[in-house]
Amino acid sequence: MADFQQTIAKLFPEATFEQADTLMVNIADAQWHSLAKQLKENPQLGFDYLITIVGMDWKESMGCVYYLQNKHNDVISVKVTTTDRENPMLHSVADLWAIAGIYEREVYDFFGIVFIGNPDMRRLFLSIDWKGFPLRKDYDENPDINPVPTDNERQSDFTYTYVETPDGKVEKKEVRVFEPEDFVVNIGPQHPATHGVLRFRTAVDGETIKKIDVYMGYIHRGVEKICEKDTYPQTLHFMDRLDYFSAHPYHHGLCMTIEEAAGIEVPRRAQVIRVIMDELSRIASHCLFMGTFCMDLGATTMLFYTLRVREQILDIMDRTCGARMTFNYECIGGVMQDIHADFVKDVHALLDVLPANIKEYNKVFTGNVIAKNRMEGVGVLTRENAINWSVTGPSGRASGWSCDVRKTHPYSIYSELEFDEVIHTEGDSMARFKVRLEEIEQSARIIAQLIDNIPDGDYCAKVPKVIKLPVGHWFRMVEGCRGVFGVYLESDGSTMPYRLKLVTPSLPAAAVVNHLTAGSKIADLITIGGSLDYIVPDMDR
Amino acid sequence: MPYDAWKDNEYIESLVKELKDNGTNVIVGSLDKLINWGRSNSIWPLTFATSCCGIEFVSLGAARYDMARFGWEVARSSPRQADFIMVAGTIVHRMAPVLRRLYDQLAEPKYVIACGACAVSGGPFKKSYHVVMGCDQIVPVDVYLPGCPPRPEAMIYSIMQLSRKIKVERFFGGVNRREKMQKEFLESHPIEGVNDVK
Ligand code: SF4
Repeated sequence: MADFQQTIAKLFPEATFEQADTLMVNIADAQWHSLAKQLKENPQLGFDYLITIVGMDWKESMGCVYYLQNKHNDVISVKVTTTDRENPMLHSVADLWAIAGIYEREVYDFFGIVFIGNPDMRRLFLSIDWKGFPLRKDYDENPDINPVPTDNERQSDFTYTYVETPDGKVEKKEVRVFEPEDFVVNIGPQHPATHGVLRFRTAVDGETIKKIDVYMGYIHRGVEKICEKDTYPQTLHFMDRLDYFSAHPYHHGLCMTIEEAAGIEVPRRAQVIRVIMDELSRIASHCLFMGTFCMDLGATTMLFYTLRVREQILDIMDRTCGARMTFNYECIGGVMQDIHADFVKDVHALLDVLPANIKEYNKVFTGNVIAKNRMEGVGVLTRENAINWSVTGPSGRASGWSCDVRKTHPYSIYSELEFDEVIHTEGDSMARFKVRLEEIEQSARIIAQLIDNIPDGDYCAKVPKVIKLPVGHWFRMVEGCRGVFGVYLESDGSTMPYRLKLVTPSLPAAAVVNHLTAGSKIADLITIGGSLDYIVPDMDR
Repeated sequence: MPYDAWKDNEYIESLVKELKDNGTNVIVGSLDKLINWGRSNSIWPLTFATSCCGIEFVSLGAARYDMARFGWEVARSSPRQADFIMVAGTIVHRMAPVLRRLYDQLAEPKYVIACGACAVSGGPFKKSYHVVMGCDQIVPVDVYLPGCPPRPEAMIYSIMQLSRKIKVERFFGGVNRREKMQKEFLESHPIEGVNDVK
């Protein structure tokens, strides 16, 4: 870390540094783009993975915190601010990290910060007629200002880009989303193959896809804003409802962040239970992925086979957590209640039937000629592009990128466990499918190591009734079922978060669809979309 | 399910009473019965899921809860072939006109089940700036099903309720009334540009 500071200080003497959980660089907006270029391209730095952009409103100033990671898994953050509330502007880095384009649109949507040089400065989740920027602290939430729409949503074929002229002025330019002669087909939001309410505006040339404009926000629920009005324990239950298959890992992530900030030690028993639950979720999630993915390709039977295992896991969770889906099980300091008396027995029963089931899946689907033809070589994502688009999780690992947080930043007790990070290098839909199938085996391996050694002791630490965090900010990541789930928490010392930013893996997965499908056939869109396995409420939040 | 095990018998009784009071012709009455018997045992849902509740709806279709036992398994992707919408999941501002449009595209007679706390009242997202507080602001709802998410058993119960309702409905002449009711609702909740889709 000290080296980075030296390197950066030498190049940018004006930069100031803060040491929080990561090194934080403060830089003026005028220098931000050249710093970003150095960060990415300087071999001593090499930060090629943009984890997230956190938009912030500190009242007296607004700005962004960028989290970056290099190939040695060092994380660094950069803070860029502006004091102009009327026309806040920062420089875009969309030309350096492809994913920045969509992250900046999100910041614009929530805070109204315009990014100079971003080729597509539209709102992302809210409609063009939305008044105000909801995550600003002075946003007026009166429902009369933004009533439930009684009209079909107004659509525009244009987007905007802001360019800087040589004399330093910023000009707004109108750009077409599609060419005038393009034939645009609308897919979604109500379409069974988009896995929820996602919409693709697809320009096609015959059967070939030219360009896809991903249109989100059909399930944008404003979770980040609601969290600012809730106490810390109250924010937890929203984690169940983002990516509802990763309920346990997401809970784990937020709890971990709050525990770290509050300095709460989690008992060993709770740690073990949490990890077992995380891995059980992973198995259940990957099972459902296989079922729905195969169903999209026309193999409905697979859904029934894979849901069988999922139901078995849901039963285990139902007994311990009291719910089939939205568990709300992890709490600050540990878990809500102790495991059910039959937990160990049930998990053993699951581990016993898993190998036979996996064999069956392989027999029914993986080796199937039709499946091979439809998946192999379809939607190839290279390693470089996976990093550039921040596609993490199984989809990133299918492109040969080692991005498993359990290995790169081991949390909880993962460093003590024996398991392999499943990596394939083909990067096609088949690889994405196979990675998930093999991850089920690895998760089973982790559970097998733990299930007979759940230590005795408390399942929850003693925590104060009212949880207050000290002033500061924290950023933690966990491995959800679909990739990196990051939590950025900023506290002003009260019982509620000042800002809670949730970094979800589905947003990049949807953002990369355009890149992956260009030039493919329409039918491949279904395969590619399915294999990326995005969850729409997870991307919209 | 035995009659006593149902929770809202008074409501169904009142429907039956209304029917009896109005009096029916013997032939029309038996035809009604026959048609309703068929309708109530083959209500086809629209594949409609926006979030978490939708996943439980998927479980409902799979082997364990197997809604095929009741004749509901023919989930249609096109609203024109479906009988009812199970509004499974949160409805937000951007989705509202879309849901309304789907409802308008359903073939008559049509029904709506508000499935889950979100669809009933906004649920856990009550404080949100972008969530519609209950889908009954947009479409008329026949059955409200609480839960977050409702268990598949509860979903079965709700669709059975719907099918009971259909059974005692008057088909000939009854549907006209429904149309009138719907018309009133649509007129009091106008959405420009959507209504003329019909
Ligand atoms: S009611 Fe609960 S489970 Fe259903 S959509 Fe709403 S938050 Fe999700």
